[in-house]
Amino acid sequence: MSDGNKKTEKFSLEALRGGDRTEFARLVEAYSGNIYRLAMNMLSNSQDAEDILQETFIKAYRHLSGFDGRSSLSTWLYRIATNEALMLLRRRKDIEVSIDEPHETMEQIFEPMQIVDFCCLPESELMSAEARDYLDQAIAQLPLNLRVVFLLREIEGLSTKETGQVLNLSETAVKTRLSRARLRLREQLSGYYGERYGPQIKEHGRLPVGEHK
Amino acid sequence: MDHKNCRHLLDSLSDYVDETLGKELCDEIDRHLVNCEDCQIVVDSLRKTIYLYHVTAPQASVPDDVRTRLFHRLELDEFLGK
Repeated sequence: MSDGNKKTEKFSLEALRGGDRTEFARLVEAYSGNIYRLAMNMLSNSQDAEDILQETFIKAYRHLSGFDGRSSLSTWLYRIATNEALMLLRRRKDIEVSIDEPHETMEQIFEPMQIVDFCCLPESELMSAEARDYLDQAIAQLPLNLRVVFLLREIEGLSTKETGQVLNLSETAVKTRLSRARLRLREQLSGYYGERYGPQIKEHGRLPVGEHK
Repeated sequence: MDHKNCRHLLDSLSDYVDETLGKELCDEIDRHLVNCEDCQIVVDSLRKTIYLYHVTAPQASVPDDVRTRLFHRLELDEFLGK
């Protein structure tokens, strides 16, 4: 899944550390698309995403000589980009932006669980322009701590371990957050499809809310 | 239908659909799904959700003007033509 690793293998670390411009240009070419997409998804603003893209490679060039190779090059680039984007979010909102686990509210623990069997809907309805917009919005509205994990794991295709390296999180924390992000998106889509195509699909109401573990 | 375990199983469903769950829990979920239609729907719709965001994810590409400015900023203009 992680195509980042395959790309990494093609680069000469020695040349990169030595400041080889041709090799660096190849690196920029290979990863700028991924870094730009991540930045767009984190910031939802093309100017900010462009700033992050530039800053990421400027920092990478400056620090390549000290790159220890403990992580892959792609993980290292994602780490720089993610930190830059989080810093920008902090500046933009002028509030504490943290990817640490917030205290769970009762609402989060007892999230409703909609049982809408939308799997059987035809592809044209599942992937209508409106449904795609709805899904994009749902992703953009995930809490930051879940969204960053989701974007790295699911959109950029990093492994659990790589995502942990980027965010300084344990693999367990990465898995938990990915699980929550996925379940939230499933929940949102259930609501969306249930509302629009309710009569076409079997709607079962809600799963009884039991004790959460 | 016994729903007591549904919420408990929920935490494991993400690993379950990724097939990265330990055998014991995996078997437990398999057994539960046979008798719990609601949970089966949750699993199916979770799989579909994952499928949907994967197929609709934007391509990893940089618009031409953004790429040009990036290479310029990095003083890599000579490599712009590839």
